Amino acid sequence: MTGTGALLQFTSIGKQFGGLSALSDVSLHIQRGEIYGLIGPNGAGKTTLFNVLTGLYQPSVGEFRFNGTRYQAGKPHVLAQAGIARTFQNIRLFANLTALENVMIGRHVRTRAGVFGALLRNRVTRNEEQAIAERARELLHYVGIDKPAQTLAKHLSYGEQRRLEIARALATDPLLLALDEPAAGMNATETESLKTLLQIIRSSGITVLLIEHDVKLIMGLCDRVAVLDYGRKIAEGVPERVRNDPAVIAAYLGGEDE
Amino acid sequence: MRNAPKNLTLWLLFAVLLLLPFITDALLGRGWVRIVDFAMLYIMLALGLNIVVGYAGLLDLGYIAFFAVGAYCYALAGSPHLAQAFPIAFPDGVHLSFWIVLPMAALLAGFFGVLLGAPTLRLRGDYLAIVTLGFGEIIRIFLNNLNAPINLTNGPQGISRIDPVSVANVSLNFTQKIFGIELPSVHLYFYLFLAFTALVVFVSQRLEKSRIGRAWMAIREDEIAASAMGINTRNLRLLAFAMGAMFGGASGALFAGFQGFISPESFSLMESIMVLCMVVLGGMGNIAGVILGGILLAILPEVLRHSVVPMQQALFGKVLVDPESLRMLLFGTALIVMMLYRPAGLLPSRVRRRELDTDEAVERV
Ligand SMILES: Nc1ncnc2c1ncn2[C@@H]1O[C@H](COP(=O)(O)OP(=O)(O)OP(=O)(O)O)[C@@H](O)[C@H]1O
Ligand SMILES: [Mg+2]
Repeated sequence: MTGTGALLQFTSIGKQFGGLSALSDVSLHIQRGEIYGLIGPNGAGKTTLFNVLTGLYQPSVGEFRFNGTRYQAGKPHVLAQAGIARTFQNIRLFANLTALENVMIGRHVRTRAGVFGALLRNRVTRNEEQAIAERARELLHYVGIDKPAQTLAKHLSYGEQRRLEIARALATDPLLLALDEPAAGMNATETESLKTLLQIIRSSGITVLLIEHDVKLIMGLCDRVAVLDYGRKIAEGVPERVRNDPAVIAAYLGGEDE
Repeated sequence: MRNAPKNLTLWLLFAVLLLLPFITDALLGRGWVRIVDFAMLYIMLALGLNIVVGYAGLLDLGYIAFFAVGAYCYALAGSPHLAQAFPIAFPDGVHLSFWIVLPMAALLAGFFGVLLGAPTLRLRGDYLAIVTLGFGEIIRIFLNNLNAPINLTNGPQGISRIDPVSVANVSLNFTQKIFGIELPSVHLYFYLFLAFTALVVFVSQRLEKSRIGRAWMAIREDEIAASAMGINTRNLRLLAFAMGAMFGGASGALFAGFQGFISPESFSLMESIMVLCMVVLGGMGNIAGVILGGILLAILPEVLRHSVVPMQQALFGKVLVDPESLRMLLFGTALIVMMLYRPAGLLPSRVRRRELDTDEAVERV
């Protein structure tokens, strides 16, 4: 059931906000094991696409298929259960909880203990708790956070917070990791180590969907790239070709940056 | 080795608690055990509300309604009152054992918790506060008016002659001699409440450090991120409301048995606010803080009552300010000072102010 075919397939997705079409008729597919880049000028609809994908917004039209199941109006926790994990453009950590607790919460969807487990704290629950904490520590190490695990999330540096979000997302054992501008606000060295981390994550078998403004990062990392502009997909393909696509150049020159 | 001093403190605390009624009798005078009993009811309530407000971050201004549900549950199931409404079915009223009614009261209150939680699933912050406040008032108004056409609650007069709690067929309403020690009723209830408070503390602690507790805190910190991490926010919010309400309902049943009389007056908005203040003053989300808040706010009015009147009489020869208005004045001042200097409470858990923040109704991600 899983081995072949696209992991994720968007079919004619549209999303309206009042009169504004944040996404219109977007179709794309992401293969297992690839790093797929999503770029476009500000306000192009990239984050909106993530929000549709993770069930935070309901698409106005269209549907998508993930790992063999069709979704029209997915619920966030159902999609997380199905194997989609994400980070947020404007970091949304559990600020007053520790780094460790943040990642432990990522394990929620893969663990079971309920109220009775909590009250009785029987062997099964204790073992599960221990496994959760152990896995969370591993992931902190994996993404390269070497501050004490008990540091509050809000006391971490900006780059560490971005990486903590990745660790938290990885804790849900995702098939698809969707990253919304993970390098934003990072300096060159941090970006470089992020690149290495993403390559390691991909080689561990996780498919990556990456929104980024950093062209160098996108070009050096992605197998394929799609470009959004005013909610439409205007180009798709290997990075080299997309970079030289006249429509893409026009979109960026028409916009304000890059 | 390192645990030895901590263990010692715990044992000392335990000993002091066991002897507390005798200590207050000796040091402060007879009336104080009763005050301590009430303080413990408040602590149980505050710990219940702490689950909703402190852990899950859901501001609830109608919490006392669950206390009312529990209290009326036992008042109806353990008093002659229902004979008025159903003289044929229950000629002597209903007299179920407290220990049967207690779980029923908790469950019924839990059900009401879900009833409040379900329509408010999309609300946070002040919107939620307004709806919960309304809910609390609705329950109180129902209690006030359900005396016609059939007299279910006896309206504002309330229900009296509620059966006392019995433990192993020993009524706690009379002085009992146990191991040769004379224990008056208030002492007996003290030990009952102490046991229940310990249980509530235990349950809170276990929940706090569990998968469920972490999920609640994730919702408190950022509901959208929590849902994106796979937390079923709907179920967990309902669970928080239900658990908090169950604590409230159980305390309510204890209250009804203890007082032997209840009326809607005991379940006013002011009481909800009082319990919320205990949680906020002590330190939201921190069990020790909430207990401290409960003790302070439950004992303060009594301290004032016992000191203000005699003091004014000594100073001015008459009473200028009555203790009740002074209490409100001090209380208001204390809250303002707290919000300015220690917004996270006296014993803060890790700082959490977001519960009282305004969140946009439709949040942009
Ligand atoms: N909740 C919302 N309500 C109304 N309009 C919205 C909402 N979310 C996004 N939009 C609008 O949809 C359009 C696309 O926004 P989106 O955030 O997806 O862009 P983006 O490509 O992520 O841009 P950026 O690079 O700046 O992050 C914008 O015009 C934005 O104002
Ligand atoms: Mg964006």
